[in-house]
Amino acid sequence: MKNKYSIFSLARNAVTYHENWREAWRSPEPRKGYDVIVIGGGGHGLATAYYLASEHGIRNVAVLEKNWIGGGNTGRNTTIVRSNYLWDESAHLYEKSLRLWEGLSQKLNYNVMFSQRGVMNLGHTLQDMRDIERRSNANYLNGIDSEVLRPEQIRQIVPIMNTSPHARYPVLGASFQRRGGVARHDAVAWGFARAADREGVDILQNCEVTGILRHNGAVTGVETNRGRIQAKKVGVVVAGHSSVIASMAGLRLPIESHPLQALVSEPLKPILHTVVMSNAVHGYISQSDKGELVIGAGVDSYTGYGQRGSFSVVEGNIGAIVELFPVFSRVRMLRQWGGIVDVCPDACPIIGKTPIRGLYFNCGWGTGGFKATPGSGWVFAHTIARGEPHSLNAAFTLERFSTGALIDEHGAAGVAH
Amino acid sequence: MSRSLRVANGGSIRRTRLLSFSFNGTLYSGFEGDTLASALLANNVRTVHRSFKYHRPRGVVGSGAEEPNSIVQVGSGSKATPNLRATQIELYDGLTARSVSGWPSLRVDLYALNGLLGRLLPAGFYYKTFMRPRFLWSWYEHFIRKAAGLGQAPREADLDHYDKLNIHCDVLIVGGGPTGLMAARAAGRAGARVIMADEQAEMGGSLLSSTASIGGKKPGDWVETVVSELTRMPEVILLPRSTVTGYYDHNFLVINERRTDHLERPDPRLRRERIWRVRASQVVLATGAIERPLVFSNNDKPGVMLASAVSTYLVRYGVLPGRKIVFFTNNDSAYQTVLQLVDAGMEVVAVVDVRSDPQGDLIQQVRSAGVPIFEGHVVVDVRGGTSGLRMVLIARVNKTLDEILSHKGELRCDVLAVSGGWNPVVHLHAQSGGKPVFNEECASFLPGPSVQNERSAGAGNGTFGLADCLREGAEAGRRAAQDAGLTGDGSVDIPKVESHVEGSLHPIWVVPNGLAEGRGGKKFVDLQNDTTVADIRLAAREGYRSVEHLKRYTALGFGTDQGKLGNINGMAILADVLGQAPGKIGTTTFRPNYTPVTFGAIAGREIGSTFFDPTRKTAVHQWHVENGAEFEDVGQWKRPWYYPLPGETMNEAVRRECLATRESLGILDASTLGKIEIRGPDSAEFLNRIYTNSWLTLEIGRCRYGLMLGEDGMVMDDGVTSRIGEDHYLMTTTTGGAAHVLAWMERWLQTEWPHLRVYLTSVTDHWFVTSVAGPNSREILTKLCTDIDFSADAFPFMSVRAGTVAGIPARVYRISFSGELAYEINVSANYGRSLWQAIMTAGQSLNITPYGTEAMHVLRAEKGYIIVGQDTDGSVTPGDLGMDWIVSNGKDCIGKRSLSRQDTRRENRKQLVGLTTVDPTLVLPEGAQLLNEPAKEFPAPMVGHVTSSYFSPSLRHSIALALVKGGRSREGSMVYAQLIDGRVIPATIGQPKFFDPENQRQKV
Repeated sequence: MKNKYSIFSLARNAVTYHENWREAWRSPEPRKGYDVIVIGGGGHGLATAYYLASEHGIRNVAVLEKNWIGGGNTGRNTTIVRSNYLWDESAHLYEKSLRLWEGLSQKLNYNVMFSQRGVMNLGHTLQDMRDIERRSNANYLNGIDSEVLRPEQIRQIVPIMNTSPHARYPVLGASFQRRGGVARHDAVAWGFARAADREGVDILQNCEVTGILRHNGAVTGVETNRGRIQAKKVGVVVAGHSSVIASMAGLRLPIESHPLQALVSEPLKPILHTVVMSNAVHGYISQSDKGELVIGAGVDSYTGYGQRGSFSVVEGNIGAIVELFPVFSRVRMLRQWGGIVDVCPDACPIIGKTPIRGLYFNCGWGTGGFKATPGSGWVFAHTIARGEPHSLNAAFTLERFSTGALIDEHGAAGVAH
Repeated sequence: MSRSLRVANGGSIRRTRLLSFSFNGTLYSGFEGDTLASALLANNVRTVHRSFKYHRPRGVVGSGAEEPNSIVQVGSGSKATPNLRATQIELYDGLTARSVSGWPSLRVDLYALNGLLGRLLPAGFYYKTFMRPRFLWSWYEHFIRKAAGLGQAPREADLDHYDKLNIHCDVLIVGGGPTGLMAARAAGRAGARVIMADEQAEMGGSLLSSTASIGGKKPGDWVETVVSELTRMPEVILLPRSTVTGYYDHNFLVINERRTDHLERPDPRLRRERIWRVRASQVVLATGAIERPLVFSNNDKPGVMLASAVSTYLVRYGVLPGRKIVFFTNNDSAYQTVLQLVDAGMEVVAVVDVRSDPQGDLIQQVRSAGVPIFEGHVVVDVRGGTSGLRMVLIARVNKTLDEILSHKGELRCDVLAVSGGWNPVVHLHAQSGGKPVFNEECASFLPGPSVQNERSAGAGNGTFGLADCLREGAEAGRRAAQDAGLTGDGSVDIPKVESHVEGSLHPIWVVPNGLAEGRGGKKFVDLQNDTTVADIRLAAREGYRSVEHLKRYTALGFGTDQGKLGNINGMAILADVLGQAPGKIGTTTFRPNYTPVTFGAIAGREIGSTFFDPTRKTAVHQWHVENGAEFEDVGQWKRPWYYPLPGETMNEAVRRECLATRESLGILDASTLGKIEIRGPDSAEFLNRIYTNSWLTLEIGRCRYGLMLGEDGMVMDDGVTSRIGEDHYLMTTTTGGAAHVLAWMERWLQTEWPHLRVYLTSVTDHWFVTSVAGPNSREILTKLCTDIDFSADAFPFMSVRAGTVAGIPARVYRISFSGELAYEINVSANYGRSLWQAIMTAGQSLNITPYGTEAMHVLRAEKGYIIVGQDTDGSVTPGDLGMDWIVSNGKDCIGKRSLSRQDTRRENRKQLVGLTTVDPTLVLPEGAQLLNEPAKEFPAPMVGHVTSSYFSPSLRHSIALALVKGGRSREGSMVYAQLIDGRVIPATIGQPKFFDPENQRQKV
């Protein structure tokens, strides 16, 4: 493969002052039409395009991104990857994703820095612990690695955590998925983009969709700020704006869009080696390879599309982190930002067909979409290519909101991702 | 030891107060009024840091928030603070600081080998390697992590405290420089409530390092005059050491005030920092500007500094950063510093100006002072090491500043002062929602149109002359006060200042060095992240062309300075590479915080066992404590879990409590259940819509159990509601669900049913509630209460009576959650303990036994009564619980529509069943998953899970409630609980009722 990344190509290019690296992906002009258009150049959209080409041989594909790829929630999340979900449908989907994560850097020839440093979900009440037991037992029977930790085991893994029995909400235990971890979020978008481009996919940045073209109940293409582009099939993966695109096609989705904030501290020497999440003391935290504490805050309760949130949410969130990690009190918060999450009533995604032939939606991942990136792309590519969902996403239909077959991850798996 | 660089006099330091401090273990001295950076410079400490990637020696570059290099760790133990900027640390006696990089030492850093491998480490190198073999990544990563990071988090808990204040004001002025001072003066005179915040220890901003007279006064004296006028204004608050760090929606701003870090021995009562949460009617952004460095080969060497920093160190701190200084500039402002040095009698080797024919008053003055000016020249490279510069190499450059015409040799010097122009601090304007626009004249971004009630003035608005700043500041303050509705006279005289004609700036983003780009010494754009021009070009070449991609790929602007020094240069270089105008490329997003804010300050007081979340205790809590209760957290409440006697295990205690209740008399503190008063003529109709069953026929004095559903038809909460009077109901909810239920009902009332005349009030804390349960409960009630007839006919099950219990006015309910004859007594919370005590005394002969939530759970599980949230999880319908009977056919309610959906009507849904283990002594773990047969391979099909499970003392075998697929039709069949620890426990499905299935006992 030309321009393959490796220590050898780095050394070779060092000799020529790195002037011979090719662009990671081309920036071509839009063609008149494509077999498949994927709207949304985030991780999920790029992964979809990549798997369409690599798994299904559909290479006449364009990814349309209104700004720059990876600029939505892909570049705004706290990068947590895990698969220890409660319900079978979710667990199987996220586990597929986790397995893809495990070989992703090699498959894409792009180091996405997937770091399996373990994800710990803390329990602070007896009911938390019941839920943790229930979820861990379910994970075990679903073939997903999971452990239930006692406070003394937690202390060994994360000695800086406040595990005092006198805390306001003492840590009673935790579930622990060692295969879980974090990844470098931007690299995921770039790696998929480069690999998709290599397969022939056109990645069109600054290409904003303004209309969905339809004829006789079937999609025929899209209208964009760079002109009309025809397509036999259109897949929509535009987290944060799913309802906006849906309304262009005359659809209504059972989705509310909220700001979700995250923040980082200044970089520190390594001090926290696993991902720690807590629902009751609401916050989640990990330390990036650069040394920053990466912290997820809560969802702002109001709806909107502004990628900024309110300070009170940050206050509550940092309070929770300092409560769990008193040694971080003198650490300083560097930067805070917000993304827009599309939340379904059951906190699970919609991945599948719509009433319009050839138009597919992949949305509603709420606060937890990053971890699903490869899996989401994989099943969505299958769904678009075959015109039918894969068994892994068969349950995640739009119809479930009328049939009532919800997959409620609010209940015991917790809403924090 | 190196010689001191302190000049003989001058500066606003207090030379009478000598302070000693240590840096990297060496003792130094400085003066009160110094920053750590000025004191280090005075002591000729050149290298204070090693860079992030190449571990190159780095020195102090700036003098404030823009400083990327001098990052240090201050203090130790519980006072250790990582990542402070030496330029912002006020010196105090005994301060200890150390650099956060360099191994084994700052001077000899072995990681500097990275520098030799530099060519292998271009931007994003880590995306291209470390991929094979896969299992080695965690090993590589270990070393990457160790090499990254700056300071160390403390290992001890913070002993300091932090406060928060909420405040409204008419005008918030950000920045106490000349512009801000004039704005404050004008707004203050107009009568506005003004807050003026400045990040420095004193007001004055750029005037603190200025020598030009203002209104005929020395700058310091003029500042003093204005500050003293402002101090006399009762509605003006001046906040030094206070950074406005965030600008949010609706003119909400956050100020971080630092109160003790500069003190040697702070009064322990002082809070270290405060967060001011400000709602400002109007905001004036007088944030000033930050000087832009120039980008040339080896521009990161210790001794290369901003010209403005040289000025600040000299004028403010009496430190001359070098003995022989060369200036390198593309604009006139640096000449002001040259003149300050000349006036102070210092040697300025030369000025290297990229402009071929710079005109301007200052230049003439410098020329007449005899300082050589190399016009049309650039510094192509510098030579030097950890102890400072030795020389700079200069060359003639063409008019378009992109080609070297001829090399002109070297200039010996120890400091190179650079100025590439000024970047207005537009951060807060951008945070407020504004879009900065590129301005050709200053070659930087200026505030765009305002989105919120804010206006920028002074250097932050691209107005650089002092006279103009003063005028603009006064105008901004006056108009802000006016817009805030103040009618007072906000006019102020503009003090006279010397003004001079300035030549225009000639932007130069990358200084050529006569070699192809990327050759020769590295040209640094972001010093903290070691991002070079070559990195930016590489990013563009590889397609990372959006300014956001550039940032993320090269880490440009990702440092703790958030690119205050390097970002504009970086964006302009990208624009140049792409052949676009810088304005078209735009900036990355400016987000809070402007400078980093201590976590502790943001958390404030709301941490720790007392304040993290309020602890709610019942009126009888102390009795429970005195009687040895163990507690369980339920929502915010502490509930007695069980009451072990000395030597008793939990199981023994629970067994004793259960048996006592079943056999004679138990008493439970039930105060924590949510209680909501519902009043108004439409209350019954309201309840009818909220609950699944019918409420129109409930008589006064009767109660009814109700189930409420979410819109999805799933069980959300339950409880007993009673009718107290004609239009008066009292609803009870689950302990944990109370707040949510109230908010939920309010939402429906306010947004969907505003026409219903219903009023809701939470009264949870107003009442103390105790449940007296067991066959002897009637006897004890009869003893304690003479004005209620407790006979079964007069006071039937599910009714409520008012009366007096133990002399206390009370409502008595005849309801039961244990299946026993039981009464719930409600009294005003203040009487709780008296009532409890009276019952305990009266019950002694009946072996009255207090029981906790665990026994309560056992008793209710024996009866098959559910706990919402434990036996349901948001996916359970009333039908799933076998409670179809509670969904009235004759009316609508929230969620009812959803119950007729295909999936909610499905036969094979998970249904509530009872389980008994084959081995009656084995108690199934709660949360156990159930299978039809033990799994041999995974994934294995699960058919349900155990929701509640106990050993039943009355039945002498274990019991469990479970949700099982199609469970109701599978009575008698087996399921297997297969656990994560490998155990498999067989159990038999039965009815979810184990004890007194005919409900005889509660009705006697």
